[in-house]
Amino acid sequence: MSTSNLKVETMAEFAARGEMPEILFWVGCSGSFDDRAKKITRAIVKILNHVGIKFAVLGTEESCTGDHAKRAGNEFLFQMQAMQNITVLNGYQIKKIVTGCPHCFNTIKHEYPELGGNYEVIHHTELVRQLIAEGKLSVQGGSFQGKKITYHDPCYLGRANNIYEAPREIIAELDADLSEMKRSRAKGLCCGAGGAQMFKEAEKGNKEVNIERAEEALASQPNVIAVACPFCNVMMTDGVKHFNKEQEVKVLDVAELVVQANNL
Amino acid sequence: MISIAVFCLLTLASVWLFNRNIGRIRKSVLSGREFSPKGNFNEHFSTMLRVALGQGKMVSRPLSAVMHIFVYVGFVLINIEVIEMMVDGFIGLHRTFHFLGSFYDFLIGFFEILALLVFIGVVVFWLRRNLGRIKRFMSNDLNGFPRLDANAILIAEIFMMSALLTMNATDQVLQSRSVTGYHVAGSFPVSKWITFCFSGMSSDSLILLERGAWWFHIMGIFAFLNYLPFSKHLHIILAFPNTFFTSVKPMGQLNNLEAVTDVVKPNFDPSYVPREIDPNATPIAFGARDVFDLNWKQLLDAYTCTECGRCSSSCPANTTGKLLSPRKIMMSTRDRMEDVAKNKAANGGNFVDDGKSLLHDYISAEELWACTTCNACVQECPVNIDPLSIIIEMRRYLVMEKSEAPAALNGMFSNLENNGAPWQFSPSDRLNWVNENQ
Repeated sequence: MSTSNLKVETMAEFAARGEMPEILFWVGCSGSFDDRAKKITRAIVKILNHVGIKFAVLGTEESCTGDHAKRAGNEFLFQMQAMQNITVLNGYQIKKIVTGCPHCFNTIKHEYPELGGNYEVIHHTELVRQLIAEGKLSVQGGSFQGKKITYHDPCYLGRANNIYEAPREIIAELDADLSEMKRSRAKGLCCGAGGAQMFKEAEKGNKEVNIERAEEALASQPNVIAVACPFCNVMMTDGVKHFNKEQEVKVLDVAELVVQANNL
Repeated sequence: MISIAVFCLLTLASVWLFNRNIGRIRKSVLSGREFSPKGNFNEHFSTMLRVALGQGKMVSRPLSAVMHIFVYVGFVLINIEVIEMMVDGFIGLHRTFHFLGSFYDFLIGFFEILALLVFIGVVVFWLRRNLGRIKRFMSNDLNGFPRLDANAILIAEIFMMSALLTMNATDQVLQSRSVTGYHVAGSFPVSKWITFCFSGMSSDSLILLERGAWWFHIMGIFAFLNYLPFSKHLHIILAFPNTFFTSVKPMGQLNNLEAVTDVVKPNFDPSYVPREIDPNATPIAFGARDVFDLNWKQLLDAYTCTECGRCSSSCPANTTGKLLSPRKIMMSTRDRMEDVAKNKAANGGNFVDDGKSLLHDYISAEELWACTTCNACVQECPVNIDPLSIIIEMRRYLVMEKSEAPAALNGMFSNLENNGAPWQFSPSDRLNWVNENQ
């Protein structure tokens, strides 16, 4: 471990100085604890640092949004988690949140208001697109120029929230060859992790969902499978390994594409 | 005179019977729990116009979209001709509306073309369904009555359209012979090509055939009307209310359980006042064990389902061989509702416990736990059915009332309770990523 060159401050630190950040970065459990997803978190922070946005994280005050509990049918646990988070967020008078995970994004945006948590919530791909549009972030293709990239739509970004274009527009900035899978956008096939499936064995069947999806993604022989969700990332990475393609095909979050292409 | 009397009696009987059966379904649906769809009237109305009237969600599969448009438009517009047939039947005249002149000729010609398109549509549908090797039509979901139901309707449509064209063709021959009662009326761009089959027949036989086809067509419509309440074809009516009452909300949003909020929220917000609870009311269980625990929109969804299987063909669980099929969730819900309705009818309007429930006897826990909540089924449904909401309600019952979640999920729940994360990580490590190298 070495000292980081990332500039990350907690909300508690901002509050102690009597300051407010422009935006709160909701890291999420995957982004905080999962080794692969932590790299995505750092990529998002690199972008935020690069453009000089004043942002805060909740740090140890953040807790799971409760998405998986709710979708597994445990409404009690969901609402306990939600109320705990809403109490913290409202305590800091948070107005705007960016999340690194479509599940956190969906839950805070749509399921917290009925419990008293009202915030403007955006997903990191929307923020990056906005930064590009405002001229605050310029993206060059770098090593991805001319490479074939296919994009997997996360269910909770796509179908659940109709965000199909933001990640695609960012990929377009890379001058890469974006190839669509047979099932994409509203018809996109799930990676198999949602609805708490991430935390259990799949029911008996003849194939794992992530193998089916990885097969489809690999069909166009891409150099990169781009994703925008830490759970999809795990599932697609496992799927690519299943076909022994991990050397040729990288599974990368859209934020990582931007960071790697621009050496941030 | 006798034919007028018979016609009036049959019309009354079929309208009465249809009304009775629709009333039974209406009652069954409205026995569901309370539900207020999100959205205002304009939003609901425009959803109905776009999805039901405009067939907005059919287009994603072009061949079936075009064929379905033929059958749908044909069905709706040919029924305008049925108005005339009804009037003819009541007053015993032939082609009453012919006084409309050239406009009448245009209409009859137009209806003939529609009849031909319907004919083509249903033949293509029948071929696809039975010879097309299409998975969603070969699925076990459809074993037994559902498969018969689908084919019966298609075959019936073929006969109905043949009857209509036969009626017009024989009519033309009779008109050309100036037979009494068969005055010249209508234009027949389609059936004129089959008049040669009938031109050698005597006028008496032709009248018999023409009347036979007329009665077959009109009786066919009455029979179809009364078959609807027992068939997947009920969607032709229920698609409209079902799309109208769809909640206007993002697909990702699941409903909030207020009963849980009343218990949880006061711990965090002392100013929160829980809703008043009637102390004499029977406590309501969390989630759904049976159809009695579902709301009326979920029950309406079940009766609206036309078993097309687009949901299941896009379901990640179903297409990878799991037991879950969103279509079967809807079919099982309707089956259970029908069984409950029969039970009530046999017991003087009261439901007598039959030792069964929707959960376990019709839908297994294994089906419910295979769902990834990806919303593909909700996205695909051409009439805005939401199988996911039923799956979630039943999971809620399993978890909150029975503690019957899969063991691995119970592990995830306790991690959440203890660490505020679904894995066994300490909350104090949440910021470790800042100081870790790539």
